[in-house]
Amino acid sequence: MAEQERKQTTGRESEAETEAVETDVAVSDQAEEITERIDDLLDEIDSVLEENAEEFVKNYVQKGGE
Amino acid sequence: MAPAKVLGTETEYGITVRNQAEFNPVLASSTLINSYRGGRARIQWSFDEESPGRDARGFGYEDAMPLELETGLVNVVLTNGARLYVDHAHPEYSTPECADPLEAALYDKAGEVIMAQAVAAARAIMGETERMFVHKNNSDGKGNSYGAHENYLVARSVPFGEIVRHFTGFLATRQAMTGAGKIGTENGRPTVDFQITQRADFFEEEVGLETTLKRPIINTRDEPHADSSKYRRLHVIVGDATRSEPQTFLKLGTASLILSALEDGALPEPLLLADPVRTVWQVSHDLSLATPFELDDGRTMTALEAQWQYLEWAKKYLNASDLDEVYGRVLYLWEEVLTDLETDPMLLADRLDWVAKHRLLLGYRDRDGLEWNDPKLRLLDLQYHDVDPARGLYDRLVASGRMQRLFSDEQVARASTRPPERTRAYFRGECVARFGDALVAANWDSLVFDTGEDALKRVPMMEPLRGTKEMVGDLLDTCDTPAALMQALGGRDG
Repeated sequence: MAEQERKQTTGRESEAETEAVETDVAVSDQAEEITERIDDLLDEIDSVLEENAEEFVKNYVQKGGE
Repeated sequence: MAPAKVLGTETEYGITVRNQAEFNPVLASSTLINSYRGGRARIQWSFDEESPGRDARGFGYEDAMPLELETGLVNVVLTNGARLYVDHAHPEYSTPECADPLEAALYDKAGEVIMAQAVAAARAIMGETERMFVHKNNSDGKGNSYGAHENYLVARSVPFGEIVRHFTGFLATRQAMTGAGKIGTENGRPTVDFQITQRADFFEEEVGLETTLKRPIINTRDEPHADSSKYRRLHVIVGDATRSEPQTFLKLGTASLILSALEDGALPEPLLLADPVRTVWQVSHDLSLATPFELDDGRTMTALEAQWQYLEWAKKYLNASDLDEVYGRVLYLWEEVLTDLETDPMLLADRLDWVAKHRLLLGYRDRDGLEWNDPKLRLLDLQYHDVDPARGLYDRLVASGRMQRLFSDEQVARASTRPPERTRAYFRGECVARFGDALVAANWDSLVFDTGEDALKRVPMMEPLRGTKEMVGDLLDTCDTPAALMQALGGRDG
């Protein structure tokens, strides 16, 4: 929620620049954290993936649209 | 002065039914839409005012394209002012007209919830072993694409050629921020393992009227659904359907700002691409985001450099204008996303669909030692877009707090039944909710009522910013019947 509320403020030039400096510091930590969490995520996804991927993908044919 | 950027999206969803011997996508789409039980009026969509063959360049064909009458069979107007129907062989949701890009992102998201509810209802009436799936994606990975279109109200006074000159470079380079990602390439483009967008491979022309083949980067359909002496509806077809809320907001917000700046003469010089069609797929294929493309004047530039330039112009424009505060949020997000793309795109796994999907695919490749053509990865690519909240991988990411959101579930649920309040969609949605039984036809710019009298009554709505809650809310509250509404409207203009 804090993230959302922060974004309510306008991004006019000066404010946006200040924010950019602040977020730079956290960048490397954030990237590492994202990598670490991937294993848990894959386990979760395993439980909802459709069975028989090959057949599902093979039969997924759409007509062109628009 | 640029007109208010009234906007909306139209999304064709992918549909399939598992374990159905004779799957027919038109029938399946019809079943899906007929199953939707939310607030709606099942009425004829009147085509008398539509002219999809009209060309913004000043010429066009009136008879070359058959009216899509089959869509009249399954065509509902919803109480949120949206249109839900079968287009060709896909279920399609068109958002109501929205007053700003944040609202448009909300109503785009509401479309996913509406589709999910419709799928659940359709499954309940289908055979036990048959299972319907609906995906908010744009390609089947086999060379077939279907659209995610954006519509922006722009001033008729801006020469169309100026839109082409300024907007093409923006559309080609925004893909780094707007793609939904996919494995491989289609339509004969050079092979890559994974690319940023679903749609780029399918664009073959710079400018044109087509949407189904030889797709153009700038579409010239000139069908304003509004006063054509004042407005165009710019029909943007080179974009992906996105599920990430910040990403949809960014896609719609940046385009709105650049178009407003263009209309007000605030874009100093067009970034003219030497080869626009090639640049579109090259940007999409370039995960490094660092490969330069050529401009018409011989300079080279990367997609991110181009987007920084557009952002700078948009900032200057906004600082000098009195546009709504929501556009400040657009600039803030735009800068944040460009900064992260430059630092490490993986930082955006919680905001951009293509990055979220790429991260999942890389994770599976590492853990299970899968090749890019492994069916399991293809399935992941597809299932990311499944609108069933229990199965869609995007939804699973949201449920575990891994995707940033802009809206609460309550806001989205409300937007699936209640119309935007600051455009004519308010009047349409309220009329469906209050007098749906008396509505016999609807279009973006009119409603036709049967009040029980001899003649049908047509209510024109040529101004997108009339028919708002402020303008007609009290009036609607005082009318108990459609006849009373017609009488009350008789003395005033929309």
